[in-house]
Amino acid sequence: MEMLKKFSGSSLFLPVVALTVLLIFNTLFVDGFLTIQMTEDGHLYGRLVDILNRSCSLIILALGMTFVIATSGIDISVGAVVAISAAVVCTLIGGRGDGVAEMPMSVAMLAAVGVGVLCGMWNGLLVAKFKIQAVVATLILMTAGRGVAQLMTEGQIITVYYKPFEYIAGFLPNMPLPTNIFIALAMVILVAILMKKTSIGLFVQSVGINPTAARYAGINVTMVIFLVYAFSGLCAGVSGLIESSLIRAADANNAGLNMEMDAILAVALGGTLLSGGKFYVGGSVIGAITIQTLTTTMYALGVSADQLPVVKAAAVIIICLIQSKKAQEMFDKWKASRHSQQKNDTKAVIGKAVKQL
Amino acid sequence: MTSKLNQMIASKYFSFFVTLALFVILYGAGMAIYKGFMRPQVFLNLFIDNAALIIVTIGITFTLIIAGIDLSVGAVLALVCMVLAWLLANTGIPLSLAVLLVLVMGTVFGAVQGYIITKFDLQPFIITLAGMFFCRGLTAVISQDTIQIVNPDWVALASYRIDLGVGFVSIGAVVALIMIAIAALVLGFTKFGRAVFAIGGSESSAALMGLPVFRTKVMVYAISGFCASMGGLAYSLIMLTGYNLHGLGMEMDAIASSVIGGTLLTGGVGFIPGALIGVLIQGVILTFISFQGTLSAWWTKIVVGALLCVFIIMQAFITEQKSKLSSKSSMEDNNNPPQAAPAAQ
Repeated sequence: MEMLKKFSGSSLFLPVVALTVLLIFNTLFVDGFLTIQMTEDGHLYGRLVDILNRSCSLIILALGMTFVIATSGIDISVGAVVAISAAVVCTLIGGRGDGVAEMPMSVAMLAAVGVGVLCGMWNGLLVAKFKIQAVVATLILMTAGRGVAQLMTEGQIITVYYKPFEYIAGFLPNMPLPTNIFIALAMVILVAILMKKTSIGLFVQSVGINPTAARYAGINVTMVIFLVYAFSGLCAGVSGLIESSLIRAADANNAGLNMEMDAILAVALGGTLLSGGKFYVGGSVIGAITIQTLTTTMYALGVSADQLPVVKAAAVIIICLIQSKKAQEMFDKWKASRHSQQKNDTKAVIGKAVKQL
Repeated sequence: MTSKLNQMIASKYFSFFVTLALFVILYGAGMAIYKGFMRPQVFLNLFIDNAALIIVTIGITFTLIIAGIDLSVGAVLALVCMVLAWLLANTGIPLSLAVLLVLVMGTVFGAVQGYIITKFDLQPFIITLAGMFFCRGLTAVISQDTIQIVNPDWVALASYRIDLGVGFVSIGAVVALIMIAIAALVLGFTKFGRAVFAIGGSESSAALMGLPVFRTKVMVYAISGFCASMGGLAYSLIMLTGYNLHGLGMEMDAIASSVIGGTLLTGGVGFIPGALIGVLIQGVILTFISFQGTLSAWWTKIVVGALLCVFIIMQAFITEQKSKLSSKSSMEDNNNPPQAAPAAQ
C-alpha cells in the first residue's frame, strides 16, 4: 500500500498508466499482440518488437526535445532536420544500383549526425545569442529545412542499395533485436549517466525556471541554452539516420514529417511541463513508446495515417488542459463548491428531520 | 545625421519601408533581367496567385500583434476546401448556404482555439499546433482522395475575370484587397484595433486599463479562423478541388510574410499593408524562379527562410536600438529638464 501510494505520487505514474491501458486494450482487441516469435535466422519478431523498433527514432528525438522544453523553449524544426540528415547520408552513400557505396558509410553517418548538430547549433545561436523566441527561431529552419533537403536530393527519392546501410534500423548479423533499439538504449543510458553524475540536469532546470536567477547563481545561461539546442539537433541527426535506413531511402518530403508534434507530445505525456522547469527523461521515453503504441493500435484498427492526427491532437489538448494551472484551480473550486453544497444538503436534511421531530 | 538615422530606425514604419524597398528592388531587377516582367499582367498575377495567402496573412497578423500565433490556418484552409467540395458533391444544399457554413465553421474553430488559449492560459502555439493536426486529420476523415468541385456557379465564379484595361484580376484577388483595406481600417481606427495593439504591448497593462482582454483575444483568434476559411474559399476558386494536402505549410508562409512586412513577433507592432508587401515579395521570388525555368521551386522556401531570418534579426536589432534610445533620451531628460523633448519613440 505504501509503495502504491509512493508510485501514484511519482512523476512516472501517469505515463505508465497510459501505456498500460493501451497495452491492455491491444491485448484484448488486437489478435496475437503479445506473441513474440523467433525467425529462422535468429531474429525476434512480433508486434511488441515492432513497436519498440518503430519508437526508437521518436525516443531519441524526445530526449533532445525534453531538454529544450525544460529550458522553456521549443524546437519545431526537428522534423526538417531529420529530413536533412536523411538526405545527407543517402546522397553520400549514393543510390548506385550495384550496391557499392560512393563514400564509406562511417563518413556518411558522421556527416549526417554532424549536419544535425550544425542545424541545432544554428537554432541555439538564434535563441541563446540573439534572444529570439524559440518557436520563431526554429520556424526558420522548419520552413527552409525541407527545401534544403529537397535540393540535396534534387527532388528525387534516393534509394540506397548498399547492404550495410540496412543495419542501422535492421538486424546486425546474429543479433536478436534491431540495431536501432541498441542505439536508442545507448543514448538513453548516456543521458541518464550525465544526469546522475553531473549537474547538467540541475543547470537546465534552473535556466527553465528562471534564467535571470540562474545567471546570478553563476550559470552560463547562454551556453546552456545553446548546448541544449545543439543536443536536440544531434538527436534529430541520429533520428534521420534511423528513419532513412528504415526505408533505405531519403524522402525529403516525408522523412520526419509531423515528428516535431510527436516529440512534443511524448515529452508532455512524460510529465514535463511545457512551460519549462522540471523535466523527466524517463517519462519522455515512456511517452514516446506510448505514442508509437497508439499509432500502431490505430493502424491495427484500420485508421489511416492521414486520419491519425485527429486522435493525437485530441490527446495534446487533453494533456495541456490537465497540466494547466488555471484548469486545476477551476477543478479545485468546483470540488470545493460541491463539497460545501453537500454540507448544505446534509444540513437541510438534518434541519427537516429536527422540524419533523 | 546619426540622430536622424536613429529616429528613422525607431520609427514605427521602418521595417515597412525596408520591405517596400526590397520589393521594388526585386521587381526592378526582374524587369532588368527578363523582358516579360514589364507586362502589367505579371504584376496583377501576383495578386491573383496569392489571393489566398494574402487573406490568411491578415488573420495571422492579428494573432501576431497580440503576441500569439496561429499555426492552424493552413489546415483550416484545407478543411474548408474539403468541406465545401464535399457539401457540393454529396448534398443538395445551395452554394450560398455551403459557403456560409464553411465560413461559420472556420470562425467558430478559431474562436474555440482562442477560448481554450485564453481561458486556460495555455501557450497558443501548442494549442494551434494541435488544431492544425486536428483539421488536417479531419480533412482526411472526410475524404482521402481529391474531390472535384463541379458546381457550375462556383466554376463560373472561378473563371470570372475583371478587366482593368491593362490586364485582369480574379474575384479572389479583389476580395483579398477589400479584406486588406478593411483590416487596415479596423486596426488603425477602431477601439477594437487599439485594444489589439494594447494587449500586444502588455497584456497586464491592457487589463489594468480596463480593456476587455479576454473578449478581444478570443475575437482575434476568431478573426484568424475567419480569414483562414475565407482564404480557403479563395484557394478553392483556384484549385476547384478539396484535398488533404492543400495549403500544406501555408501557416509558415503567412507568418513569414507578416514578419517580413514589419510585424514584431514579440507583439504590439504590426502593419497590414506591410503584410501585403510581404506576400508580394514571396510572389516575386516565385515569379523569378518560373521565369528562370531551370531553378527548383524549393529555392522559394530557402530564400523565404533566409529573408525571415534576416528580418527577425533586424527586429531584434531594432528593439535593442529602441530601448537604448529611450534610455538615452530619458537620461537627457534628467540632465536638462527644460528643453528636453526629443522624440522618445
